Amino acid sequence: MLRELTCLLVAFYCVLTMIALAAAMDADPQRWSEFILGQQKPAWLVFHVFALVFFTVYQTIAWFRLAPKAMPLQLGDKVVAPGTIVAAHYVAWGVVSLVTLWIAGVF
Amino acid sequence: MSQAELRTRTLEIEVMRYDPEQDKEPHFRTYSVPCQEDWAILDALNYIKENLDSTLSYRWSCHMMVCGSCGMMINGEPSLTCKVFVRDLPDNVRVEPLANFPIERDLVVVLDDVMGKLQNAQTYIIRQDPPPADDVEYKQSPAELMKFKQYTMCINCMVCYAACPQYNLDPEFTGPAVMALAHRYNLDSRDQGRSERLDILGDHDGVWNCSFVGACSEVCPKHVDPAAAIQQMKIEASGQWVLQKLLPGRKS
Repeated sequence: MLRELTCLLVAFYCVLTMIALAAAMDADPQRWSEFILGQQKPAWLVFHVFALVFFTVYQTIAWFRLAPKAMPLQLGDKVVAPGTIVAAHYVAWGVVSLVTLWIAGVF
Repeated sequence: MSQAELRTRTLEIEVMRYDPEQDKEPHFRTYSVPCQEDWAILDALNYIKENLDSTLSYRWSCHMMVCGSCGMMINGEPSLTCKVFVRDLPDNVRVEPLANFPIERDLVVVLDDVMGKLQNAQTYIIRQDPPPADDVEYKQSPAELMKFKQYTMCINCMVCYAACPQYNLDPEFTGPAVMALAHRYNLDSRDQGRSERLDILGDHDGVWNCSFVGACSEVCPKHVDPAAAIQQMKIEASGQWVLQKLLPGRKS
């Protein structure tokens, strides 16, 4: 139930990200500045903390935990341990995050 | 231990009764049943039938979790009545017919809906190639058998349907057991009907109606994992959809 309910906030966060993208791509640079200023209001900051940190991370952990059910791996007559599949997801998540941060110019 | 040495405990068992020819709606009747500590709740129902009220209707056959006939709601939880032991229950027990199904009489439910869906899902081996010669077998390695063996354990008890919140909301949903059985044949190396089954089940009433709550897998008395089967079918159906868009006319 919690997973189903929190996905609505994740969906809302995705919509917000698309609005941010539209603002960033707008020919008028003023629009991006206004968007960023708007997002710095306390209510928005609270929303970002809850949506990104709590709900998105919660969804990620929940779905990674379920991944071995959706994507079981069998090598010959040996089944890959569910823990290995979950760990591989976390490794992939880390790699993708690092690449994204590198593209964003953080490093 | 002899029968006489077994302790008895009297359970107050509330049983849902419904006679469609006499009752406007289902109601409960309570029976005091002196249960032996090694009894399953099915034994208590048999005691009621034999000693207290011969009009009680319910399905059962094997008493050992093989036939799948005796699924009911016990204190609100769907289970086989031969699997739930009196020693694990409080003094007051409520027995109802399986949730999410129409009641035929007392604890007997109408299973026509699921039987129709089972037929529709083509849960049998489909071959496109001509069959081998009479003296040639379909060979299958242990690794190939391992892929689907757990799904062969389904005994069609329909306990998973009683647990499924999605089937409760939308009776058009194909549901857990039928899709687990369809997936069993999709994974079978002898089968060539995967694409046909995905065409039937890869829609809203099929795999996409499942929100992966997982209640079906939790209640399964045979430890089948229908929720996993449905998620795997979602991936297969997505792959087939992409392939059909990229290569129209191609069957995966």
